[in-house]
Amino acid sequence: MIKEFLAILLDKKSRVVVFVPPIIQVLVFGYAATFDLKNITYAVYNEDSSALSRELETGFKGSTHFQEVERIRRYDQIAPTIDRRDALLVLHIGPEFSRDLTTGRPAVVQVIVDGRNSNTALLALNYVKTVITAFNNDFAARNSITGPPARLETRAWFNPNLESRWFIVPGIVGLLLLVVTILVTALSVAREREQGTFDQLLVTPFRPVEILIGKALPGFIIGIAEATVIILITVFWFRVPLQGSVATLYAGVVLFLFSSVGVGLMISSLSVTQQQGLLGAFLFVVPAIILSGFTTPIANMPHLIRQITYLNPMRYFMIIIRGIFLEGTPFSMLLGQFWPLAAIGLFNMVLAGWMFRRRLY
Amino acid sequence: MTTLKGPEGSHARTAGGTGMRLRGLIRKEFLQVLRDPSSIAIAFLMPVLLLLLFGYGVSLDAEHVPVALVAEQPNADTESFAGAFRQSRYLSPVVMPGMREAVTAMDSRRVDAIIHMKQDFSRQMRSPDGAAVQVIVNGIDANNARLVQGYVEGVWSKWLQSEALAAGRPLDIPVQVEDRVWFNSELKSRNFIVPGLIAIIMTLIGALLTAMVMAREWERGTMEALMVTPVTIREVIIGKLIPYYILGMGGMALSVVMAVGLFGVPLKGSLWVLFLASSLFLLAALGMGMLISVVARNQFVAGQTAIIVTFLPAFILSGFIFDISSMPAPVQVVTHVVAARYFIAILQTLFLAGDVWAIILPNAAALILMAGFFLGLARKKSRKSLD
Amino acid sequence: MTEPGDIALAADGITKKFVSGSRKVLALQGVSMQVRRGLVTGLIGPDGAGKTTLMRMAAGLLTPDEGTISVLGIDATRNSLEVQSSIGYMPQRFGLYEDLSVKENLDLYADLKGVSLSDRPGRYRELMSMTGLGPFTSRLAGRLSGGMKQKLGLACTLVNPPRLLILDEPTVGVDPVSRRELWSIVYRLVKDEGMSVLLSTAYLDEAERCDNLVVLHEGKILGSGPPKSFSDPMKGRTYRVRVPSLKNRTLQERLAGQPGVVDVLVQGEAVRLVTKDAGQQETAKLMSGMEGALIEPVAPRFEDSFIALLREDRPPAAQSAADTGKMASAAVGNNGETIIEVKDLQRRFGDFYAVKGVTFGVRRGEVFGLLGANGAGKSTTFRMLCGLLPPSGGKLSVAGVDLRRAAASARARIGYMSQKFSLYGNLSVRQNLDFFSSAYGLSGIRRSEMIEWALRQFELAPVAGSTSADLPLGFKQRLAMACALMHAPDIIFLDEPTSGVDPLARREFWRRIDSLAEHGVTVLVTTHFMEEAEYCDRMAIMAAGEILAIGSPSEIKSLARTTELPEPTLEDAFIALITGKTEGAAA
Repeated sequence: MIKEFLAILLDKKSRVVVFVPPIIQVLVFGYAATFDLKNITYAVYNEDSSALSRELETGFKGSTHFQEVERIRRYDQIAPTIDRRDALLVLHIGPEFSRDLTTGRPAVVQVIVDGRNSNTALLALNYVKTVITAFNNDFAARNSITGPPARLETRAWFNPNLESRWFIVPGIVGLLLLVVTILVTALSVAREREQGTFDQLLVTPFRPVEILIGKALPGFIIGIAEATVIILITVFWFRVPLQGSVATLYAGVVLFLFSSVGVGLMISSLSVTQQQGLLGAFLFVVPAIILSGFTTPIANMPHLIRQITYLNPMRYFMIIIRGIFLEGTPFSMLLGQFWPLAAIGLFNMVLAGWMFRRRLY
Repeated sequence: MTTLKGPEGSHARTAGGTGMRLRGLIRKEFLQVLRDPSSIAIAFLMPVLLLLLFGYGVSLDAEHVPVALVAEQPNADTESFAGAFRQSRYLSPVVMPGMREAVTAMDSRRVDAIIHMKQDFSRQMRSPDGAAVQVIVNGIDANNARLVQGYVEGVWSKWLQSEALAAGRPLDIPVQVEDRVWFNSELKSRNFIVPGLIAIIMTLIGALLTAMVMAREWERGTMEALMVTPVTIREVIIGKLIPYYILGMGGMALSVVMAVGLFGVPLKGSLWVLFLASSLFLLAALGMGMLISVVARNQFVAGQTAIIVTFLPAFILSGFIFDISSMPAPVQVVTHVVAARYFIAILQTLFLAGDVWAIILPNAAALILMAGFFLGLARKKSRKSLD
Repeated sequence: MTEPGDIALAADGITKKFVSGSRKVLALQGVSMQVRRGLVTGLIGPDGAGKTTLMRMAAGLLTPDEGTISVLGIDATRNSLEVQSSIGYMPQRFGLYEDLSVKENLDLYADLKGVSLSDRPGRYRELMSMTGLGPFTSRLAGRLSGGMKQKLGLACTLVNPPRLLILDEPTVGVDPVSRRELWSIVYRLVKDEGMSVLLSTAYLDEAERCDNLVVLHEGKILGSGPPKSFSDPMKGRTYRVRVPSLKNRTLQERLAGQPGVVDVLVQGEAVRLVTKDAGQQETAKLMSGMEGALIEPVAPRFEDSFIALLREDRPPAAQSAADTGKMASAAVGNNGETIIEVKDLQRRFGDFYAVKGVTFGVRRGEVFGLLGANGAGKSTTFRMLCGLLPPSGGKLSVAGVDLRRAAASARARIGYMSQKFSLYGNLSVRQNLDFFSSAYGLSGIRRSEMIEWALRQFELAPVAGSTSADLPLGFKQRLAMACALMHAPDIIFLDEPTSGVDPLARREFWRRIDSLAEHGVTVLVTTHFMEEAEYCDRMAIMAAGEILAIGSPSEIKSLARTTELPEPTLEDAFIALITGKTEGAAA
């Protein structure tokens, strides 16, 4: 019986639609969605043409993160350079720079940053500080100056080079799984309603549970196949390390699919036309992505919105998949994420099955 | 029984041309919008909902980040260092008795970083090398980790200054950075996210509105009835464009009011530039929607395509959150076909920097090109024929 | 005027291909036809014959692959804009904006067709009084009844009087009263304004109302000329026959397979017979050996000649149609026991009653019809019976249970064929049968037996591997019926099972239904073809959610019997019932 349901929903055309775009999207988004700054463009306004200031400049030139685009000769060139986005930041070394340094007074380097994208600005400033700290340490060691009373030795756990791709790409697994399963399931009932075959099904001796299973399975199987493909790309193409166990990972995937298929069927059973199904899917998917912690941490959200995220299955899956990939979180520590997924799935499935018969007019 | 005039007289009575036909089409469209709450909802309710959701939901500013403070031998020195953390508005330190507890807290995500002061912190502090403070950040969210790292460094340098001040000696840092962040001195991420959001919302509205309404006419058979009247296809397109342009601009105005009034984003540029740029972008977005619907001719396919080709690319490839110049070169090339990319560049500049022509003009030119391309193609693809 | 003579539309050698999926469809092949000025020309044919394609070409909406089409002397393909400013075209479903009011729809089309503002009030007044829509100018088009929509669609195409009026299926799904009104409007336009009219219809009985006919079938012209030219060759070939000792259905069965018989169908109290050759002796020969056969010649109808034309390139259906009931029926119990019971059934949507106070009963082995126009409440009643829609009030039981609450196994006793022949379009014929047989719990040998039976019985074996979406309509109808019958149900529900299919397929379909009924299967069927009601044992006529009359076809017809109309048709009866009802309400 289930076999027939699958045959119905797995025709050639939809197989292509379901598999090809997500794979392209993983590749494009995997490269595009990164917070790592590579080519920080900067301009130099060096009023102190000394060996020391040139040495400082060398520090920037030597860094792979920075790219010098312009040399500024007059002070009033700074503003247009930033305004026009010719450079993200301007390094202004004053005329007193080397004299201050050699006389033991703190020399000041002014950094003017374009704040239009505050995140980029903040990160760029951090990179600048790293370069300057390196210069300072070097200078201090050469001139045997006593260092500050405390220094920071920073290490990052789980992701030592702080590659944001490690964070984003597993997130994309969740993102695409959600979009695909919701699109597959949210329209399935509405499409049959429009074609009239759903009436046909309802008058057969199928029980709602059987119809529910028949409707849920294709989304489930497509989801698992898709997850496998995307996870393989994540591990072997993007080289994101998989620290945890594959079994735990699949437990998470299955539960996430269970809940998102449930939501999809719920939307589907509520909508009479495919258009309503599409709108419903859209109205669920967009907030679900934004409020999942995929790009921006949930901790940064205001209290009320943080409470809303507890209803979002994607929120739990983000923690699960990132935990398993990067931290190797064991099954037992993820129970707190697993049960809400199961609960969301169950609730929606039951409601959807109940709605099949009621929502017909 | 009524007698109608003979058809031979009909040509003499034919009056009016393009003007009358356009007026008829536009009036019809407005009446439909008024009767059908869904297009009003798309144009006005969606921007409000999405702006509220994104505006509050999407924030890259971490505040009160929980960090574990571990001092293996608590004394006045470690207390003074810890005190500096308590004053930070970005960090909220939790004192932990030992590393074991701190590591557990990190694993279970109760803290994002550990500040570890070792046994001989006080002694080392007075040595020429200074004390080494171990900072461990959770690197899973690399972006967040970098921000936290920056906050910790900020606290540390402030502490150094106050220590030096208290000791009455100058601070021994050879080169100090004095940063000036222009346009957004407080580095509020909302200030750059909200203008970007407006662009994304307008992309969606523009494409959805036209894609759905054109396809609806095909499905209900009214397009067929329209096409056998003497209207030209150009009149049909303009007749759709004008009402939804006005509707879209209404949504845009609402979004701008919310951005300035509710989210407190400054609007430095002039309104007329904003108006013109939005018009260009909206034309491009409506053109795209029109093209989709002309090709799809079915509300369902049109809606699905509109969502797939607008939302995710506009979200990820437009420079809205992810910096375009950091993407690999081939992906950067792809971003050039995303209309939102140009509008976001213009909006961020207009809102935060002002009328910077060097940014506005090339991006506006790109928008003109895109609008021309989409509308031209839509016009070319839609012949007055059902073939 | 530049056009030669009195030709309003001339098509010459038109060919048009469409590509749908992997299949190429030849919609029109070498069609040549003419519409004469000042006459009503009817384009007759079943769905998929190419009527709409031809009309769209005349309106300049499609380009022919080959051939030319000229309208009022203008090339419709090259100068489509010029053609469009002098014709009126009403597409299927009338082309109305449902969310605009009557007045706003008129305004829109007046703007588009360039009617000057000063001319409008007068023209609107004329149109409103002609269509009787005057009192409803501010009502939304979507809220109008089917008949009113049809008239508004017509008014919109007439807002600037056209010289050629093209109407695509203007009467489909509209009640008989509105249909008659439409015809009288059309003739008034022709007479008073000298308009030329081209209209298409799938109702064969409307053919006789046209001045000229063009019969289209599978993209080819089967014949053209005035209705008389079709019925004249049929003279002496049409009879009413009756054998007192035989049931009409049995008589029909006996005659159906015989050589020399073109068509035979039950009509009222007798059987209507169309023979291959003229002459009463020939008919008598056919009936020889039947005790006390009464043979009486009757006037030929257009439908007779249409069937005769179709028979020329299609042999009569295999005997299999009449055997449908043998394998399918597993019915037990006494014939005559009431198996479907409906009492005071109601269904409300908001403050609108789609069905109110409907009461009827269906006996086992009976063919029961629900008749009415679109929106009369047939489908709503149907869906409630099948348990697809909860009633707002009243009682119903099917085989003793309410299917909505009954256990799933109770549904195994019914078969259901929905409107539009709902099938899984992306599955092949065999896969569809496979799926539905498993849905009804058939397994093992029984399942493969039934699938083989269905493929053979419904003549689907040659297309078993094709995707069902690509099948012609007639095949889809057979497949849908096969799917509903494989589990040998006691009761089958058929919702508009014949809409759009050609008359031969309809004949074959009714033979299968008869065979099922013979074997004790109860059949409940809805239709908006009045003449099909003749096939039912009993029927209920519905309008505006209520039952106007219940009874056998002859009982219903007798309601309309008057001295002027000694032999009323069902349509006459329907109209009498409706007008009687409104008069009663007014009194």
